[in-house]
Amino acid sequence: MPNTDNRYQIGAGFKAVIRRDLTSLWRNRSDIASPLVFFLISITLLPLGVDPSDKLLATIAPGMIWIMALLATLLSLDTLFRQDYDDGSLTQFILSPQPLYLTVLAKVIVHWLTTGLPLALIAPVLGVMLSLPSGGYWPLVLSLTIGTAIMSLIGAMGAALTVCLRSSALVLTLIIMPLYLPVLIIGANTVSSAVAGFGATQGLALLGAALALALLVMPLAAAGALRISSNH
Amino acid sequence: MSEPLLTLENLSCERDGRTLFSGVHYTCNRGTLLQIVGFNGAGKTTLLHTLAGLLPASSGTVLWRGQPAHRQRQAFYQELLYLGHQVPVKPQLSVRENLLWLGALNPPATEAAIAEALAEVDLAGFEDSPSYALSAGQKRRVLLAQLYLSRATLWILDEPFTAIDKAGVQKLEAAMACHAAKGGVVLFTSHQPLAMAEFSILDLSAYQTPQEFADA
Repeated sequence: MPNTDNRYQIGAGFKAVIRRDLTSLWRNRSDIASPLVFFLISITLLPLGVDPSDKLLATIAPGMIWIMALLATLLSLDTLFRQDYDDGSLTQFILSPQPLYLTVLAKVIVHWLTTGLPLALIAPVLGVMLSLPSGGYWPLVLSLTIGTAIMSLIGAMGAALTVCLRSSALVLTLIIMPLYLPVLIIGANTVSSAVAGFGATQGLALLGAALALALLVMPLAAAGALRISSNH
Repeated sequence: MSEPLLTLENLSCERDGRTLFSGVHYTCNRGTLLQIVGFNGAGKTTLLHTLAGLLPASSGTVLWRGQPAHRQRQAFYQELLYLGHQVPVKPQLSVRENLLWLGALNPPATEAAIAEALAEVDLAGFEDSPSYALSAGQKRRVLLAQLYLSRATLWILDEPFTAIDKAGVQKLEAAMACHAAKGGVVLFTSHQPLAMAEFSILDLSAYQTPQEFADA
């Protein structure tokens, strides 16, 4: 009988997708560099475009770094499911006994590891360029680490909804921008209030709560959207 | 053992408001080897998508082991192997790496099994070649290697012979016949004349609605 031993491991597909995406991204390193380069260039140009006095830059630094991180994440979202949709991998994901929730989560984790996390890690360097007061460094890194994870999760839902559209970038932006706003407001405020001496705990706790919610809801929503998109 | 594995009950499908076919009844027992034929646009791929649960049927149901397939998705997908038009072979990964991730979605494949499957599709020695260096036919062969790895009962193959050379077609036909002989079910579409001894044919042209002919 062909099907006497059909046991499979739930986590196997999850690990396989993470390994697959990390390997193929590593071999195409230039693809993942573009959000990071965008982030670096836009922040570097900022002091040239506005009055480069320490006082002004320190005031706008938390907000500017957060906005640029948001835009850099947005820039990278369009390709999240695109290749898998085009080459039929998505069909295989849907038709496998592995829960689609975990497969989507694996894709989101890889996206975050290759865009969000590097952005968060180089943020202190950009903080120095924008003369961010030293009290703001840790809150900046922590809030961006959590915040970019939330943005990857929300973005996955948007990317899943729009993957079947030929030119999806505009629709994708319109769908997820409203959901990004609270993250941006809380994130940038966390850094500002830490700089002003009010502590970052409250903001980080709020971001953490949002991350927990997004982890539960967003991969489910994205999985549902992918099932619909795969028909077109 | 005589229980039918896959049953199509009064299945109808539409695409963009156009009814492609309606009232398809078919029962696949163990050992069925079924070729789905029809003119271009008759709905062969749509039928396969509907059977796999990628598309909802506009009416009718697909039964797997007597139960509606969409109610027992996980159990159904454990026994399903679907190979479509598209070739999910990542160009940056090696042949082996591609089979490993494809295999991990289903019951996991071992290294030895992968080597054996690649030998079956004449890709022995290509394990570590990057997939972008493969020809179109070789990429399809990587996909077909899954047939030798999979432990699924139901094979749904959409145009499996595309871009495969003559010797490869013969081997593939043998693999399909062998799977059916072992009690599996193979559903496939193809426009090629086949040399296989025994297989049934489901002609979708017979299920077109009268209006379709009037429109044409």
